[in-house]
Amino acid sequence: MAEHRLTFPATEEQVRQLRAGDSVLVDGHVIGIRDRTQVRIFDQGVEPPLDLTGAFLLHTAPGVRKVGEGRYEKVSIGTTTSARMVRFTEPLGRDYGVRAICGKGGLPDKAIEPMRRLGMVYFAIVGGAAALETTQIEEIEEVYWEELMPECLWKFRVKDFGPLTVAIDSHGTSLYHDVQEEAKKRLEDLYARL
Amino acid sequence: MAIATDLQRAVEDAAAHLYVWALKDIPQDLRDALAEAAGTETSVPGQRVLQTILRNVEVAEEERNLVCQDTGIAVYYCRVGEQFPLHPARIYQALYDGTERATVDHPLRSNTVHTLTRENTGQNVGHRVPIVHWDFVRDWDGLDVKCVPKGSGSENMSFLKMCVPADGVAGIKRFVLDSIVGAGGKPCPPGIVGVGIGGSADYAMHLAKEAIARPVGTRNPDPLVAQLEDELKELLNETGIGPMGLGGDVTVLQCHVEHADTHMTLNPVAVNYQCWAARRSTAHIGPDGAVEYDREA
Repeated sequence: MAEHRLTFPATEEQVRQLRAGDSVLVDGHVIGIRDRTQVRIFDQGVEPPLDLTGAFLLHTAPGVRKVGEGRYEKVSIGTTTSARMVRFTEPLGRDYGVRAICGKGGLPDKAIEPMRRLGMVYFAIVGGAAALETTQIEEIEEVYWEELMPECLWKFRVKDFGPLTVAIDSHGTSLYHDVQEEAKKRLEDLYARL
Repeated sequence: MAIATDLQRAVEDAAAHLYVWALKDIPQDLRDALAEAAGTETSVPGQRVLQTILRNVEVAEEERNLVCQDTGIAVYYCRVGEQFPLHPARIYQALYDGTERATVDHPLRSNTVHTLTRENTGQNVGHRVPIVHWDFVRDWDGLDVKCVPKGSGSENMSFLKMCVPADGVAGIKRFVLDSIVGAGGKPCPPGIVGVGIGGSADYAMHLAKEAIARPVGTRNPDPLVAQLEDELKELLNETGIGPMGLGGDVTVLQCHVEHADTHMTLNPVAVNYQCWAARRSTAHIGPDGAVEYDREA
C-alpha cells in the first residue's frame, strides 16, 4: 500500500498508477458537486460552466458564509454519501474526462467497470471529518449555480487534502466489493452461531 | 405571564446553545470509545480512518468548528416534569425558535427541505421540524432537553423488519447482522448500532433511535437485553466491514438495545445506525429558568 501525492487536474497516466488501498494526499483544485448538480447536468442537459478534464470531484454541500456577490468563505466543508450518485460515474468520465471521484461510503459495483475502462478512481475520505477537511481547503475560488445552494458547483483550492484511500482503482479492484464478499462468507459462520 | 415568557426565552437560549454545542464538542465517552477502537484496529486503511477521526475531533476543538458538516435534522428529547411551569406547546415553540436562531447566527448549513418539492426551508426548521419526543414525569418541576442532531448518512441506514415470533432471538440477531453488512461504509462506521425490539412497528424504530442517544457503552438495565447488546456487538465486529467500510476489525463502537413488551404475534426489530460522530448534548432546566448543561447525559 503505497503513499502518493497528486496535484489535480491530473492525467490518466497518473491516475492509473494508483492501486486500491494506497494512500493519497491531494493538492490543486477540487470541484464540489452533489445530487442536484448532477441532475442538472445529466437529466436536464445543462452543460457545466467549467472544464472538468482531469478533474477531482468531491461529493459535498459545504456550509459557507456569504461575504459578497458570488463570494463565499468556508464554515464547514465535509463529504456526503457517494452511493446515491453512482449512475453519474460513467458519463462524468466519458463525456467530461473526470479522473477522480471522492466521497464517503463507496460506490456500488457498477462503478468498477467504467472506472477501469475510462481510467478513473474513487477516493474514500473519512466521512464526518469535516473539521479537518475544512482546514485543508485553502479557498473557495468559484461558485456556479448558486440557486442550487448548497448543492452548487464549487471550485476549491486545496493543500494536503487527505489522507484519502484509493478504494476503487482503475484496474478493476474495489475494496468495497472485496469487503462485502468477505463479509458474506463470514455471515454464513455467524448465522450458525445464532 | 412574565415568568412564562422568561422561561420560554430560557428554553430557546438553551436549545440554540445545545444545537451548536452538540455539533462541536463530542462527549468523553465517545472519545474514549474511538481511542479504544484505534487501539484495536489492525487493518491499514482502518487505522488510517481512525487516526483521521481522532485528529478531526482535536481540530474541531482547536478551531471551534463543527465536527461534521452535516448539521443533521434537529431532534430533541424532552422530559417534562408535571410541575414545570411552561406548557409543552410553548416548549416546542422555544425549541423551534432556538434551532432557527442557531442556524442563522452561527451560521449553520440548512438541511431541511420540503419533502416533495425538495426546496430548502432555509433555517433548519419547517413543517414538524424540529422533531421533538416527549416524556412526562410525575412529582417533578424540571425539564430535561437532549439535542441529538443526527446526520443523514447514518439515518438513511435505518431498517425495520416485522419478524415473526417463531424467528425468536436468532431472527433478531440475523436481521441486525444483515442490516449492518448491507449498510457497509455508507453510515460512517464505526458507530453505534441502535436496536429497538418489541412494541409496534413505529415504536420499535422510536426505541432504536432512543438507543443511539444513550451515553456510549451504557447497558440496558434488563440483564437479558444487556446480554443481547454484548452479543450483538461481538457478532457485528466479526463481519469485517471495518472503519468507513474499507475492511477491518472495528465495525461498531457499540450496540445499544431498547425494548418494549409487544403483542403475542409480533416480533418487530428496528435498526437505527448512528455514525461515529454521535453528537448529543443535554440541558437541565429548572422552574426558575436556571440552566445546567450536561456534557455526559
